Amino acid sequence: MPVFYERRQLVMPGDLLAENDYMTGENTYREDGKIYATRVGLVDYEERRVFVVALKAFYIPAVGDTIIGKVTEVGMSGWTIDIRAPYPALLRASDALERPFRPQQDDLPSIFDVGDLVIAKIVAYDRTRDPLLTILEPSLGKITRGQLVEVTPTKIPRVIGKKGSMITMLKQETGCQITIGQNGLILVSGKTPEDERLAIMAIRKIEREAHTSGLTDRVTEMIRKEKGEKEVVENVTKETRKTH
Amino acid sequence: MSQKKQEKLIDENGVRLDGRKVNELRGLKIEVGILGNADGSAYIEQGKNKILAAVYGPREVHPKHLALPDRALLRCRYHMAPFSVQERKSPAPSRREMELSKVIREALEPSVFTEYYPRTSIDLFIEVLQADGGTRCAGITVASLALADAGIPMRDLVAACAAGKIEGQIVLDLTDVEDKAGEADMPLAYMPNANAITLLQMDGMLPGEEFESMVNLAVEGCKQVYQLQKEALKAKYMASKEAVKEEATEE
Amino acid sequence: MSSIMAARIKKKRIAQLIAHGKRLDERGPSDYREIQIEAGLIERAEGSARVRLGKTEVLVGVKIETGEPFLDTPNEGVLTVNAELVPLASPTFEAGPPDENSIELARIVDRGIRESKAIALETLCVEPGKTVFVVFVDVYVLNHDGNLIDASALASLAALLNTKMFNYEVKEGEVKIKPGYTPLPLRNHPVAVTFAKINDKLIVDPWLEEEQIMDARLTMTVDKDGKICALQKGGYGYFTTQQIFEAAKIAMEKTEELRKLVVKE
Repeated sequence: MPVFYERRQLVMPGDLLAENDYMTGENTYREDGKIYATRVGLVDYEERRVFVVALKAFYIPAVGDTIIGKVTEVGMSGWTIDIRAPYPALLRASDALERPFRPQQDDLPSIFDVGDLVIAKIVAYDRTRDPLLTILEPSLGKITRGQLVEVTPTKIPRVIGKKGSMITMLKQETGCQITIGQNGLILVSGKTPEDERLAIMAIRKIEREAHTSGLTDRVTEMIRKEKGEKEVVENVTKETRKTH
Repeated sequence: MSQKKQEKLIDENGVRLDGRKVNELRGLKIEVGILGNADGSAYIEQGKNKILAAVYGPREVHPKHLALPDRALLRCRYHMAPFSVQERKSPAPSRREMELSKVIREALEPSVFTEYYPRTSIDLFIEVLQADGGTRCAGITVASLALADAGIPMRDLVAACAAGKIEGQIVLDLTDVEDKAGEADMPLAYMPNANAITLLQMDGMLPGEEFESMVNLAVEGCKQVYQLQKEALKAKYMASKEAVKEEATEE
Repeated sequence: MSSIMAARIKKKRIAQLIAHGKRLDERGPSDYREIQIEAGLIERAEGSARVRLGKTEVLVGVKIETGEPFLDTPNEGVLTVNAELVPLASPTFEAGPPDENSIELARIVDRGIRESKAIALETLCVEPGKTVFVVFVDVYVLNHDGNLIDASALASLAALLNTKMFNYEVKEGEVKIKPGYTPLPLRNHPVAVTFAKINDKLIVDPWLEEEQIMDARLTMTVDKDGKICALQKGGYGYFTTQQIFEAAKIAMEKTEELRKLVVKE
C-alpha cells in the first residue's frame, strides 16, 4: 500500500505522500511516479486520490466565485479592485451600470470611489489577464453597512460547512446576514452591533479550529452560551438596580 | 585592528575553536512566521549568525515591464545590516551582496512552482542581522522556510550548508575565522528529493582528489539542516494546535 | 532578425540533438569553439589581450597604479577585477551601473586569480600601510555569443601574462618612474571551464542559444597544479551530485588544454 501518512497528518513541501497508482489532488505534484506535498497542511486520501488541505494559502481567482473587494483606483472606464489575490481585479463600468456607460456624463467616482467595498462576481480569468468582475446580479454591489472579517481562504469551506450547515446555523443563531467572499472576506451585517460581535467571534473560532471535528456543535454551544451569559448579566443588573 | 595572534583552528583532539568536531554543524535555532506584515517569514540563529527572511507575494509586479508572461518573477535581496559585522558596513548594496542575491535566488528558484503564477512577483528579503560565516547558506535555509510559511507551493525545501578545509582537514560549517584562515570554503544548497544541488560555490585551493569528499560532507550537512527545517515548520503548527486545545479544554 | 531569442523550434532542435550527444554546430559535448588569442594590442595598458571564443569576443586591459592597501593587509598590493557588458556587445546589454551579471562575471574571474595566488601581491608593496600597487583587471565584453566567463578568464590570464610593470624607485616616499619595464611575475595560471546542463546532459562552452535553453551552468576554475580554486553554479536549475563529479573530471582535462593555448612553455 504505497501511502506514507495517515489521514489528517501534518505534511510539508517535499514530503512523499504516495506512490504510483494514486491521483494527484490539490497541493500535491507527481515526479517519477511519486506524489509529494507542495504546501504545509493536512494530508488526506479519498479513494485513489491524495490531496493536502493547506494550512495557509492565498486566494486564486476562479470564474463564478463571489468575492469581496476594495476599490483601489478609479480609471477611465472602470475601477481596479483589490481582492487579496496575486492579481488585481477589474470592474468595467459596463459591468457595473444597468444602462450603457456614457464616458462624458457618468462620473465614475460618484458610483464607486477609492476605499469603497463591493461584493462582486468573477466573470473572466485566465493565465494571460487579470480577473474581470461584474456586479450586475442580485445581491452584488456596494457594501454600505456591516463589518468585514478576514479569514485564510482555505478555511472558507469550513465556514460554509457541509451543504451549508455551518453558515445556516450562524445566520440562525446570530440573526445576521452573512455574505461569504471566496477570497477570504466575510461580510457580517446584523440588527445590532452585539449580534455582529457574536457572528464574528464564531467565525474566528471556526477559523482557528477548522481542522477539528464536531465544530458546528461547539460553535452553536459557544454562541448560545455567550447569548445566555449576556441575558444573565442583564437580568442581574436589573435585579441589583431593583434592590437599590 | 587585525589580530596577528595565530591560534590553531583545530587542536590535537580534533576539537575546533568553538568546541565542535570537524563534521559537526553549529547549533541551529529556527522560528517560522515571526513577522506580522510579510506573507511568510522565518528567523535563524546558527552559531553567531542571526538572519531574518521574509516573503511578499505572489503579488503584482512593480515595475510592470518586468513581469514574465509564463511564470512568477522571483526576486531576492540579500542584505547585511551595518552593525552585523566587526567593522561597520555601509548600508549601500556592495558587489558581494549583489552577487549573493543572485546566487541565492538561483538556489531557491528550482524549488518554487513559479509557473503557477504568471505575471506576478515573489519578493524575498534576507536580512543578516549578525554575521559569522556561512550567511548565504543560513539565508537560503531560512528563506526556504519563509516561502513555505507564505503558502507558496514548492517542490521541496532547500537546505544549505558549507563545507571547507582548515589546517589540512575537511570540516563542516565554517565560522568567519575558519573561513578567513582556512584553505577552502564551499557553500552548497540542496533539495533532497531530487538529489539536486542548487547552489555551489567555492573559493580557496582544493586538490581535485578531495573534491568529492567535500561535496559529500556538505550534502550530509544539508540533510541535517533539512530535518531541522521540517521540525521548525512542525513546531509552528503544533503551537497553534496547542492554543486550540487549550481553548477547547477551557470550555 | 534582430531579436537574439532563438525561435522555439530551433530551441527544441538544439535540445533534441543534445539528448543524443550532438550539438547544432557539430561540436562534441566536450569541445570548445575555435579560440583566438591576441596579446598586447592596447599599448597604453600595462597588459592586454583579446580572446575570440567562437563569435564571443572579450578584451581585457590591465592597468597598474599606486594606491592604498587594505587595512588588514598593509604589506600587500591590491587586485581588483571589473567587468563591463558594453551595450554594443549585445542588444540585451544596457548602459548603466554594473548589473548582477557583470558583477558575477567579474567576481568569478577575480576568484580564479586571487585564490590561486597568481599575482604575488606581497611584491607590490611600496611603503607598508601607505602605498602599494593596485592591479586593475578590466574585462570588456565586445560581443556576446555565449560563455562570457571562460572567454573573460582566458583573456584575463593572457593579459596578465602580457603585463609589464614600469620600473620605479621610491624617492621621499613617492614613486618615481624610471625607464624600462619588468614583466609582472605570475605564479599560477588559473583557467575556467563552464558547463551547461541541457536535458540532463553536460556540454562545455555553451554558445548563446544553448545558454538560452540550459537548465543550469557550472563554472570550475583550476590552477596549474590541478587544484580547484573557484566554483560557481548559475542558472535556474540544478545539478545532481553525479553530474558535479562528472564535470570535475572533464574540467581537469579541459583546463590543461586551454592553458596550453595561453601559456607558452
